[in-house]
Amino acid sequence: MLTARRLGKRYGEKRVLRRIDLVLPRGGFLVVTGPNGAGKTTLLRICAGLAQPTEGTIEREATRAQVGYLGHDPLVYRELTALENLELYGRLYRLPERRERVGMVLERFGLWEARHERVASYSRGMTQRLALCRVLLHDPELLVLDEPYSALDEAGAELLDAQLAELRGERTFLLATHDPARVEPLASAALALAS
Amino acid sequence: MSYVRDVGALARKDLLLELRARDTLPAMLLFVAAVFVVFHFALPGTPSRLETTGLLWVAILFTALLGLGRAFVPEREQRTLDGLVLAPCDRSAIWLAKSLATLAFLAAAEVVALPLYALFFHSVAGATVLAVVLADLGICGVGTFLGAMAVATRARDLLLPLLFLPLAVPIVVGAVGASVVASPGRYLGFLGLYDLLFAVVCWASFEYVVAE
Repeated sequence: MLTARRLGKRYGEKRVLRRIDLVLPRGGFLVVTGPNGAGKTTLLRICAGLAQPTEGTIEREATRAQVGYLGHDPLVYRELTALENLELYGRLYRLPERRERVGMVLERFGLWEARHERVASYSRGMTQRLALCRVLLHDPELLVLDEPYSALDEAGAELLDAQLAELRGERTFLLATHDPARVEPLASAALALAS
Repeated sequence: MSYVRDVGALARKDLLLELRARDTLPAMLLFVAAVFVVFHFALPGTPSRLETTGLLWVAILFTALLGLGRAFVPEREQRTLDGLVLAPCDRSAIWLAKSLATLAFLAAAEVVALPLYALFFHSVAGATVLAVVLADLGICGVGTFLGAMAVATRARDLLLPLLFLPLAVPIVVGAVGASVVASPGRYLGFLGLYDLLFAVVCWASFEYVVAE
């Protein structure tokens, strides 16, 4: 699904990534760990197609429509409601049964009751749940998740655990975390980045 | 057809955001009204049609600049551009939708501005209205494209006028010309050509503006 060879990234003089080799087969679950500033986010952005490497190559079997990316920002509009945000993404991803799919992910992450509220009124945890709804909305083949447990309470984290376990093996995961123990039972491989 | 639907969904989102936040249109309306009021009292005697036509176009240009400066603010502040860039739609749809939304705000400001201009200065001829329509297309297309470039930089508030105003000079030449001459066809044609040329350039190259 994903193959990176001697991947490197520089921002001006600053080298953020150096000689990363990575093979992630379809159905694999790669956990990326490392201290702050090790380049986890940069690596994930490159793998999702949001950034280009300055050295090396990356081959991705998934098209843009088949990638689900969760970054540090939820990528939702604060002045829109949860429903409006997901409807927008549903249209852009051309989901055939958009309304049903939107309703399903909102229910799954416990946001159905708050679907008509503006995201600006959401707590951080609720916003993170909505971001997860956005990522899973189009049922992507490749899920690139950067600190997905961040801001989630225990109930939200358990919902995510269940979702990851359900999709494990059927979808390909690239997940960066500071808490590798949480996803250890699911992981098929691990990559530790040094600072 | 799906391209049109993508543009529609994105433009609807921008209009909805403005409807909720009311950040852009009130500022544009206030600005253009204030310009005409100030110049009504500041200009000595009765200014000629030639002089006030220049004023009309300067007011329209700077009112548009206000709207263009805010076009990508939601994407910048909430960092949602990544989400739009990742979506499988043609990235030029983002530019076209933003241009249409900005065009709607500018047109709304002009619905107030043109009667105000007529009230304070001179009546507005049909050729001027046609020039306004054609100029708006160019202003919003080029301005939105440059706004997307500027938003990625730290000096975005400074960069947008610096990039936009030189490129808007042909619009001002065509628009003022169409507003003051007896046979405005040549100037209107020039504005149409400008719109067409820059629409193609912006449409074809927007992908490179938003992709890293």
